[in-house]
Amino acid sequence: MKPPPFTYHDPRSLADALRLAGTLENAKLLAGGQSLAPMLNFRYVLPDHLIDLNRIDELSGIRIEGRRITAGAMTRQRALEKHEALAALCPIVREALAEVGHFQTRNRGTLGGSLAHLDPAAELPGVMALYDAHVEVRNSSKTRYIHIGEWSRGYMTPNLEPDEIVTSVAWDAWEGSHGHAFVELARRRGDFAIVGVGALLSLDERKLIRKAAVALVGVAYGPVRLRAAEQALVGKPLDDKALDIAAAEARKIEAKSDLYASGDYRRRVAGVLVSRALKTAHGRARG
Amino acid sequence: MIDRPRSVGAAVKRLEDPAILRGGGRYVDDLSLPGMLEVAFVRSSEAHALIREIHVESASALAGVHSVLLLKDLGVDRRMVQANPHPLLKQDITQYPLARDEVCYVGETIALVIAEDRYVAEDAAALVQVDYEPLPAVIDVRDAAKPDAPRVHRESPDNLVGRIPWKFGDADAAFKAAKHVFRESYVQHRGGCHSMECRGVVASHDAFSDQLTLWSSTQSPYLIRRFLSQYLAREETKIRVVAPDVGGGFGPKAAHYPEELALALAAPKVGRPLKWIEDRREHFVATTQQRDQLWDVEVACEDAGKVLAIRGRALHDHGAYVPYGLLLALGSVVNFPGTYAIPAVDIAIDVVFTNAVPTTPIRGAGRPYANFILERTMDCVARNLGLDRAEVRRRNLIRKEQMPYSTGGKLPNGKPVMFDSGDYPGVLEMVLNNSGYGQKPSKPGRLVGVGLSCYNEDTGLAPFEGANVRVFPSGKVVVTSGAGAQGQGVRTILSQIVAEQLGVKPEEVAVELGDTAVFPMGMSTVGSRTTVTAGSSAHLAAVEVRDKAIRLAAEALECAAVDLELAEGAVRIKGVPDKRVPLGELARRLAGQVNVPSPAGFSPGLEATAYHAVERPVYANGANVAVVEIDPETGRVEVVDYYVAHDCGTLVNPTLVDGQIVGGVAHGISNVLFERMVYDRETGQPQTTNYGEYLLISAPEMPRMHLAHMETPSPWNPLGVKGAGEGGTIPCLAAVVSAIEDALGVKVNEYPLSPERILELANGAR
Amino acid sequence: MGARVDKRSIALTVNGQRVSREVETRLHLADFLRRELRLTGTHLGCEHGVCGACTVLVDGEAVRSCLMLAVQADGREVVTTEGLAAPDGSLSTLQQAFWEKHGLQCGFCTPGMLTTLTAFLREHPDPTEAQVRDAISGNLCRCTGYANIVAAALDAAKRLREKR
Repeated sequence: MKPPPFTYHDPRSLADALRLAGTLENAKLLAGGQSLAPMLNFRYVLPDHLIDLNRIDELSGIRIEGRRITAGAMTRQRALEKHEALAALCPIVREALAEVGHFQTRNRGTLGGSLAHLDPAAELPGVMALYDAHVEVRNSSKTRYIHIGEWSRGYMTPNLEPDEIVTSVAWDAWEGSHGHAFVELARRRGDFAIVGVGALLSLDERKLIRKAAVALVGVAYGPVRLRAAEQALVGKPLDDKALDIAAAEARKIEAKSDLYASGDYRRRVAGVLVSRALKTAHGRARG
Repeated sequence: MIDRPRSVGAAVKRLEDPAILRGGGRYVDDLSLPGMLEVAFVRSSEAHALIREIHVESASALAGVHSVLLLKDLGVDRRMVQANPHPLLKQDITQYPLARDEVCYVGETIALVIAEDRYVAEDAAALVQVDYEPLPAVIDVRDAAKPDAPRVHRESPDNLVGRIPWKFGDADAAFKAAKHVFRESYVQHRGGCHSMECRGVVASHDAFSDQLTLWSSTQSPYLIRRFLSQYLAREETKIRVVAPDVGGGFGPKAAHYPEELALALAAPKVGRPLKWIEDRREHFVATTQQRDQLWDVEVACEDAGKVLAIRGRALHDHGAYVPYGLLLALGSVVNFPGTYAIPAVDIAIDVVFTNAVPTTPIRGAGRPYANFILERTMDCVARNLGLDRAEVRRRNLIRKEQMPYSTGGKLPNGKPVMFDSGDYPGVLEMVLNNSGYGQKPSKPGRLVGVGLSCYNEDTGLAPFEGANVRVFPSGKVVVTSGAGAQGQGVRTILSQIVAEQLGVKPEEVAVELGDTAVFPMGMSTVGSRTTVTAGSSAHLAAVEVRDKAIRLAAEALECAAVDLELAEGAVRIKGVPDKRVPLGELARRLAGQVNVPSPAGFSPGLEATAYHAVERPVYANGANVAVVEIDPETGRVEVVDYYVAHDCGTLVNPTLVDGQIVGGVAHGISNVLFERMVYDRETGQPQTTNYGEYLLISAPEMPRMHLAHMETPSPWNPLGVKGAGEGGTIPCLAAVVSAIEDALGVKVNEYPLSPERILELANGAR
Repeated sequence: MGARVDKRSIALTVNGQRVSREVETRLHLADFLRRELRLTGTHLGCEHGVCGACTVLVDGEAVRSCLMLAVQADGREVVTTEGLAAPDGSLSTLQQAFWEKHGLQCGFCTPGMLTTLTAFLREHPDPTEAQVRDAISGNLCRCTGYANIVAAALDAAKRLREKR
């Protein structure tokens, strides 16, 4: 299982990378390599060119200005996981990352790579969906900002032209105290999620739900926000009735069937996990 | 011997480890020979097809490619040698080293690409174009068994490989007279081997000596030599097969494969060493797998749960070829009735071809499937009669006083199957006590289940595995044996056994294994047989060396043999430690000097060779209890505790035995909860061909392990040992499924079980 | 497939030794170590990043060397299983613990376990059993059932803490 031959490029600046992406035919971008390298070893992809982004320092880094977080696309998953200031503002990031592969893969895997590869079961796109994140993509001539809801175009197909590179992702942390939870059903530790749920919940002075965000991964081609459930929860206490409503909304989604699980099962599990995630988030919001 | 610390029975640190820990393991891919070329195989992408043409021009023309060989280029037109001939083998169809004109499973070898390195070889392999004419393929063994089924081999009259009966007592009468008859069907699904090291072969022909040498990640170097000798019409003395360090075997590496033969044929033609290393993607379609086995079972019993007879009909998916004969299916039947005194058994397994990867023994070697049937049947009896599952077993287990026990079956050599020793009820009580069976724990939000399983296992399989023990004039003790090792610690075991006799430390004993040039005759490291066979031989040889050393030393020290002991590398007078002759000195005296006769009454050399001959297997046994927790909302199963009571007779190295047990349990749980080899029924295409799709158990999923031992020595070999390599796996499938059934309160007659399937069963699906 | 083979010169440190080679750009790091440097302790179990047998330390971090190209290791420090023992050849505390606790059988997954746990214990000197299992969840073993590997890691952690 050896990779096919290609011409290797390791640009040192974003400008060089964009130029290469804009001019080379049949080129693949190499980020963390945890998804692309296996595909190369299996020869599922046969690129003529490999553009290695790992030497471009300007693509890495986590910047926090107030509540606005901007993470470079080449920021390693492990860096995100370990960042204390980020963990204080967005604790769900660390909780979700504990489910992403294994610590060895997180040492190399990147935020941008996860978004560009867009495996349906990937956890990071789900976390980004919770925050209504925007993905910045660039080619040599222009920059686009794409809302995470517009990111998935189909099975493992992000809203990305062949000459575009994901450069950063930005989102706003929630204000004030709130609760979070990321729960997932996977066959083994570190496996892709059969279904994963992220939830953010904030309460008002009367302990009623002020704001809710619930995102699912593993059920469709991209992360799914349960907007209907979120709206139904606002202004209510998180009692059994509210949980049932949220779980029922989760069970309505269109969920794919594949070798690992049927759509019916995914829907059923989605209902269970949404309920559990909300309960945990609620407990943390109260606490 | 009384004052020295014992070696046998001691938890000696393994001799094998320091080198491996430093990165100095020597696996076949670590071997590099001058001028060596690397090989990639072109494999069939069709489950069943005729090959119309193979286009090799662009592949051959690629820079760095030496040649692309087809069957005709190898100069042969014969199928591979049958490893295990058997009268019941109705259709003995083995592979060609490279396909001739028909391919019968995805993965079958078609062409051999030889290049500078594997990267280029794969580039070239991708350029080889095969024109197929697809033929109908059949995957599901139930379909393949039907009379009108598509033929797996187009010229076969049908898909039946053989029918294996196993019958004794009068089952018909028992069923007629029985108070209760219960019927169940069971599904045991296909899975793979997945040793962490895949297979690999380096073949080299030295023209100067006309010696063909193969290094192969194999469990059977001697059998490989024999089969190559037969196929190549080359004397065995002109073939050397070496098993270097082998990264896990588990059974499939005991078989003889087309790749080995293809490289053995090609190396002399090419005139340069050739290396082929199987990658994981190949492993999924090229290394043998195990199961499906589908059963319909009937049990006849009394009110109190005493089983009078068991009847079973099974279909066994053998894949597309039978390189290993019927050994896997035979391994299933001979283990009926297991640990139970069931007077009548009527089993028949139809072994059937399918257009999938061939199946051969994998850890447990068919015994887990038989155990699954027996144990699920015991649970079935308990469930239907409203009796406790442990109590039903108690009422049926063979008792200690009945040993040696003849089941009524017959071994291949015509002798009756006889269990040598063991306390089956005792070991069951041991595990029930240790596990607190009867006081099922509860956990909020979880369904808790407890399952149990009893087993016995024929180990130390015939015919032999020899050993030579030799002391050199330097004082060094060297043991050689035809036995091999794939992680079991055979070197350490043999060193302990020999050290025990010769008064040296185990780490002072050198052990060489698995090389046909070093030891004359050997068999195969399979079926939990090595400690019994090679261990017994090493013991006998060491005893002979010891006796010789004492006799010679008695002359030198002018005393009686009875006054002597072996300690610290010398023979010495008991109580007078400075009256001693080092073993090396004795060896020197027997090594010979020109024109000086050997000491009178002594043959040359301080050495001995022994081949302990096995007439009958010796039977290990045990009982397991599994505790599972099931999330009722997702169906996810966790095995939280696993209790083992294990009896493999004398424990040579208790730590190594425990390691084998835990490793075996890991296979069992993995088989039940995670591993599912999927084939598309229409196209015959394998669907699970990487480790994201085919799951192996990892560390967080293993339960807390609780091991306990009983030591009932075997009366049938000098050390009283029994095998331990598969006892962890054999009862595990049944124990875990029994626990899942207990948790759900619903009948469970199959594995593997995904969380989704668990929910389906819990909700009443069939 | 182009006739010209794409090559690069790389220079890196492996087990404390400076090495430089010209390599084909598609050569992965595991094969570079095994083939170019004859450091065969790093093993290939799956070549798609799941089994962990190929794990090495790159700039101190445990990574799957089958998923990195050799050219990506240019300028980096790589440590393999051969580099874990002391210069005088004595086994590291972790290696010694593996030996004493029977933490290996066939040994094929062992190099990956050692590098993984070496990195993990540096960051987590006092781990729980669950944390150790989690740390090796990306390392597959088909022989041991993991129990003794976990025991070895916990034993090594204890001894390393005592040494401080």
